Amino acid sequence: MPEMTLVEAVNLALARAMEDDPDVVVLGEDVGINGGVFRATVGLQARFGSERVLDTPLAELLISGLCVGMAAQGLKPVGEIQFMGFLYPCIDQLVNHASRIRNRTRGRITCPMVLRTPHGAGIRAPEHHSESTEAMLAHIPGLRVVIPSSPERAYGLLLAAIRDPDPVVFLEPTRIYRAAKGEVEDNGEALPLDVAFVLRQGRDVTLISWGAMLKETMAAADALAAEGVAAEVIDLATLKPYDEATVLGSVAKTGRCVIVHEATRTGGFGAEIAALIAERGLTSLLAPVARVTGYDTVIPMARLEQHMMPSVDRIVTAARRACQFS
Amino acid sequence: MADGGLPVVARFDVRHRNYLAPDGSINRPLPAFASDADLLTALYRAMMLLRNFDRKAVALQRTGRLGTYAVSLGQEAVSVGIASAMRAEDVLLPSYRDNGALIWRGVKLEEILLFWGGDERGNHFSGPIEDFPFCVPVGSQAPHSAGVAYAFKLRKQPRVAVCMFGDGATSKGDVYEAMNFAGVHKLPVVFVATNNQWAISVPLRLQTGCETLAQKAIAAGFIGEQVDGSDVVAMRAAAEDAISAARDGRGPRFIEAVTYRLGDHTTSDDALRYRSAEEVQARWKEEPIARLRSYLVGQKMWSKAEEEQLAAECHERVEAAVERYLATEPRRPESMFDHLYADLPGVYAAQRRELAGEGDA
Ligand SMILES: Cc1ncc(C[n+]2csc(CCOP(=O)(O)OP(=O)(O)O)c2C)c(N)n1
Repeated sequence: MPEMTLVEAVNLALARAMEDDPDVVVLGEDVGINGGVFRATVGLQARFGSERVLDTPLAELLISGLCVGMAAQGLKPVGEIQFMGFLYPCIDQLVNHASRIRNRTRGRITCPMVLRTPHGAGIRAPEHHSESTEAMLAHIPGLRVVIPSSPERAYGLLLAAIRDPDPVVFLEPTRIYRAAKGEVEDNGEALPLDVAFVLRQGRDVTLISWGAMLKETMAAADALAAEGVAAEVIDLATLKPYDEATVLGSVAKTGRCVIVHEATRTGGFGAEIAALIAERGLTSLLAPVARVTGYDTVIPMARLEQHMMPSVDRIVTAARRACQFS
Repeated sequence: MADGGLPVVARFDVRHRNYLAPDGSINRPLPAFASDADLLTALYRAMMLLRNFDRKAVALQRTGRLGTYAVSLGQEAVSVGIASAMRAEDVLLPSYRDNGALIWRGVKLEEILLFWGGDERGNHFSGPIEDFPFCVPVGSQAPHSAGVAYAFKLRKQPRVAVCMFGDGATSKGDVYEAMNFAGVHKLPVVFVATNNQWAISVPLRLQTGCETLAQKAIAAGFIGEQVDGSDVVAMRAAAEDAISAARDGRGPRFIEAVTYRLGDHTTSDDALRYRSAEEVQARWKEEPIARLRSYLVGQKMWSKAEEEQLAAECHERVEAAVERYLATEPRRPESMFDHLYADLPGVYAAQRRELAGEGDA
């Protein structure tokens, strides 16, 4: 099996989906000859033509709205937004149309679209290029929100997203686009949506994260192991709807939970998980649920951004503190 | 030459189309279809049905049996004229005020009442299955129409998307983004802006600095035409031209239907707050139904007896629809989950059971 980066796995999944299904259409700014600003669509236009790999005008609302119209006709559009900071004009279409047209029309019209965008900070990019506002999307009924954290999961989850009969926002962790490498077999097999992946088994504390932050979370689990603390690490992968059973099952086993995300704390998705555990897992808790998150600030520009994002140290400290309760 | 002799690199013009004068006389030779008395009277009947339906819907709202409702009073020629030029396999993307177009395309009156009565089943209607439901966020259906038209083009289907919105919608980026894209790809889509002079209380002159809305198409690279939106013959003729051009691969068109909203914006609005009764009164002289009736009567295509019979028919149809609407079985609350996703994720199935009182919360 070839070793590849996460962004190469995205490209592989797109190519595979387009090969398998003539209804799959890729669209966005610079996705054609340029292959996308992160090269996620490289080579696709040469292979599938400019009608199926479509360079759109510079208009994000349009990209998301076109996807709704195409999907209503049974195409499977995969729109690309160059950075999450430019996704906001699409929110109108996602909230008001994509996520609810099935419901509004009682199943008469459906919206099998995917909107892909790079997600998160840590790449020393200009302002507005480092957003991690996934909680905003996860709040929308009828939508799916998926974030892969490895090349293998990027490939399998993107295939699943494209084949899914409902709209999916697919957030690609920019920071590990190239840093994450792994073996990916181009076997056309999707991974399940709505299911969390247990990356590491442990008895003492549950660490839950998604996307690029799993890099620090796994490193923290290694550091904790060296101290004799066995951390279970969960990659939530799909945030909407999320795998409550795996979360609750793990916390029932460990009694302790630390949630890690780089998004700002207030109203972040960690709060949702903490509330679930408070409602349905309280009796198994040995320690308060902890959140290690970005601060409630605008994501700073390059010189300070690493201070905003959770570090391995902050995760280890939170897990240690949880373990001090017995 | 005040411009110092600089060359003109492009020139554009915007035309206005009208056949029937407000008194029903003709301004210029009518298009061929107008010699078909059956077709003209069908247009007339559709407009009358719509006006009767509107009146009843408002009465239902006033008596608490319908939610907020948007009337078409004065604008009947627009949606009827446009829809009558479409084929069944074309796709309509209406705004919330295009009842007339939906009814022409086979949507049942009780389905429209269901929608305005607060029940999504009204959107699972008997019109063409791919037609879009009413769009409430102003202008946001325009990008959908470009997506639909792109799908037609990709699959080489001779079909046309017809997107309808108001003058207020033309101020939104959505509409321009969609038109721009349609222009780039010469998509089979017709954009119809119903310029009824008002967006709730905001008059056209505060909506745009343009002399016409039709000229907005110029920036998108295709023809924009102004049409007398109170002249159903002009609306139908313009729609036919635009739709057949789009079907033949000659790209998109834009129609500005210049008309007037004689009623309130919706049943929640009181238009007297922002415009005078005199203004509205004056506009009643131009309204589309009396205009066509005068022409039909003058041509001996329509009689008093037919008028009376039509009134009775409309009354009967509307009343029967209202009865069916009021007799519609209510939905079970938990059905709100039924079409949330293709397959309801397990985590929400639990919420559905909670709502159904199957106690599992
Ligand atoms: C995006 C959006 N903004 C505001 C509203 C509230 N609103 C409903 S109708 C309307 C005026 C629309 O005017 P126009 O487009 O001219 O259509 P008309 O109602 O005259 O048919 C407004 C502001 C809305 N529905 N959608």
